Amino acid sequence: MSENKIIRNVSRRTVLKGSALTTGAAIIGATAPMHFIRNAYAADSFRGDPGSNKSIVLGFNVPQTGPYADEGADELRAYKLAVKHLNGEGDGGMLNTMKPNNLKGNGILGKKVEFVTGDTQTKSDAARASAKRMIEKDNVAMVTGGSSSGVAVAVQGLCQEMGVIFMAGLTHSNDTTGKDKKRYGFRHFFNAYMSGQALAPVLKDEYGSDRKAYHLTADYTWGWTQEESIKAATENIGWETVNTVRTPVGAGDFSQYITPVLNSGADVLILNHYGKDMVNSLTQAVQFGLKDKMVNGKKFEIVVPLYSRLMAQGAGDAAKGILGTTNWHWSLTDDGSQAFVKSFGQEYGFPPSQAAHTCYVQTLLYANACEMAGTFAPWEVIKQLEGYEFDGMGNGPTLYRAEDHQCFKDVLVVRGKEKPQSNFDLLEVVKHVPRAQVEYPADMFGGELGPYKV
Amino acid sequence: MDAIFLQILNGLDKGGAYALIALGLTLVFGTLGVVNFAHGAIFMVGAFCAVTMEKILTLSVKVKDPSVTFFDAYKETPYLELWFGNTGSAIIDWVVPISIVVSIPVMLGLGILMERSLIRYFYKRSHAEQILVTFGLAIVLQELVKTFFGANPIPVSAPDIVAGSAAIGSWIGLGDAVVYPWWRLIYLLFSVVIISAVFSFLNFTTYGMVVRAGMADRETVELLGIDIERRFTIVFGLAAVVAGLAGVMYTPVLPPDYHQGMDFLVLSFVVVVVGGMGSLRGAVAAGFLLGILQSFSSMTEVKSIIPGIDQIIIYLVAVIILLTRPRGLMGRRGVMEN
Repeated sequence: MSENKIIRNVSRRTVLKGSALTTGAAIIGATAPMHFIRNAYAADSFRGDPGSNKSIVLGFNVPQTGPYADEGADELRAYKLAVKHLNGEGDGGMLNTMKPNNLKGNGILGKKVEFVTGDTQTKSDAARASAKRMIEKDNVAMVTGGSSSGVAVAVQGLCQEMGVIFMAGLTHSNDTTGKDKKRYGFRHFFNAYMSGQALAPVLKDEYGSDRKAYHLTADYTWGWTQEESIKAATENIGWETVNTVRTPVGAGDFSQYITPVLNSGADVLILNHYGKDMVNSLTQAVQFGLKDKMVNGKKFEIVVPLYSRLMAQGAGDAAKGILGTTNWHWSLTDDGSQAFVKSFGQEYGFPPSQAAHTCYVQTLLYANACEMAGTFAPWEVIKQLEGYEFDGMGNGPTLYRAEDHQCFKDVLVVRGKEKPQSNFDLLEVVKHVPRAQVEYPADMFGGELGPYKV
Repeated sequence: MDAIFLQILNGLDKGGAYALIALGLTLVFGTLGVVNFAHGAIFMVGAFCAVTMEKILTLSVKVKDPSVTFFDAYKETPYLELWFGNTGSAIIDWVVPISIVVSIPVMLGLGILMERSLIRYFYKRSHAEQILVTFGLAIVLQELVKTFFGANPIPVSAPDIVAGSAAIGSWIGLGDAVVYPWWRLIYLLFSVVIISAVFSFLNFTTYGMVVRAGMADRETVELLGIDIERRFTIVFGLAAVVAGLAGVMYTPVLPPDYHQGMDFLVLSFVVVVVGGMGSLRGAVAAGFLLGILQSFSSMTEVKSIIPGIDQIIIYLVAVIILLTRPRGLMGRRGVMEN
């Protein structure tokens, strides 16, 4: 009887309440441990973790199509060579000269190095999409490459969001390690400020301090920062800036921008252009007779602050006698440069470009940092790269500054050779500018690195 | 005054290139009714005729370079210089004029091949399909050139005798400071000659008269027993020759690269639209007009009033023309108006 009563008193509503409470308690009970261990789990996991795989994958994101495709092809050659050397094949290249060196020629942390490639097309959106695919689909531990500051800044931002290290290729804008710097981004290449500081004293020695300069500038982040840096550096040596004119990227025909230079009173034309734009603007400036012109009683001069052998090749005779700066040149005679040029030359039959050099070095530096960290966990690898000092890689003693992830090393001032001895012998080194001359405070260009763990 | 004069010259020589490409575009549209997006690529192929000719003339013997000690590097000496000394060097120096002669049959052949093997199957298809197929063809041509020649610009020099600048200012009393490159003046003259030749061909020859009749009323001409399709094929070839020659002559102005055609194509289409689809005189007039407008809009004085105007002026004009006079400056009534 009493049992029946009890049963009768248990209403449908009570049963539902009880079920809900039981289910809720079960969910809370089951998930509570996850709440307490969630952070601990995330702390140990990271994108690109090879786990128990026998190989590690690196992502080479270079311009395979578009205006910088030749530069991209050279970067890719260098990456393949670096992989070869890391895996203990070939003659070892700079593994024999790098100091300090933790690499053993058995891959990275004993895992064989493999790679995937992507095409940046020298477009920020395409470069980001390609890097994202590498990270999500191919599980790369590190992304590297590129020939444009616009691309570098875009991919670096993505890598920061996704927690994957980005070892920048050729990027020269102050912004890359300035206002757009990121904890996960590292740049070995020099920047526009360094070009200005290295070039200005040579310009003073060669052309004097009473000069009037006219700037033609590529209208994007790199052009703006280079114009700013070169303008400041040349004004410091007494030059006057007559005008600064922005030109659209890929303008092709620059004649309408060059003709106003003729009657501007300027006696120096500074071309803040790179790649195809530089080849075109320099060629056309020479066609307009600027190299043979006399203004203010002085010979008119043209300056190309950022120079490369591939660009000198494109400009042909127009590049002869033109001053500029470069990150590295294959004719350097230090052990590291010679080892790299020998390996590269034997593999491909011609010397590497500065883009190839910086990409090769970046790959080795990343691998070495992993070895030092003893893990692929990016926050640990980052800590090894920050403040890392090394030598034997073609630029003399070099520092990866912890505060902005910019490499500090000697800068080369070069000139288009008047009488080239071979097809590759297009630039001559005028001056090795010591690292101390191009250093600057880490907070000069602003920016925040961001967190180690994302 | 000097600056204005120089910008007019700039505009004319830029306009010359636009007009030559637009002339071919509008000729093909007027005769075959085809919107040919591969026309810019034909201009690029013309430029690469000069590059190829230079590669042929500078075929070299390789001698080991002792100055490179790290690996085996080689110096190259052209066979022509080895065999004929200074005469060989002179032949190499005149590569662009030689290329002009060589490119005429090459471009004519290429044009006829393109028309016979692909374009003719799209005569009765919609413009959208024509654009898609010709755009695809342009990409194929581009990629082929990139495969063989790489992506970087390849410099081709004008003959030494015209490599410098002409003191044009002293000719007209503006002073020695006003100079202009010889080759650009030659280019301007060349474009005027080519445009005149095309107009003369169409206006003063029987062949041209039949083509014009076919453009106006194709069916009637066919009813008269004339094989108008064959003549239109030749016109397509002629348009390719004009674009190809424009490309060859442009190489000393702008080192060619595989993407050059696309850069010019968009501008040339705007020129055709502004001039009037199918109007030859319109294409030429709009080419020069837009060239001059583009040059003036690049002047610092103009840019200080309207920043960035140099980058949009051509498109701005096109928008205004399309809104106010859809058939273009000299277009036929009814074309593009429905």
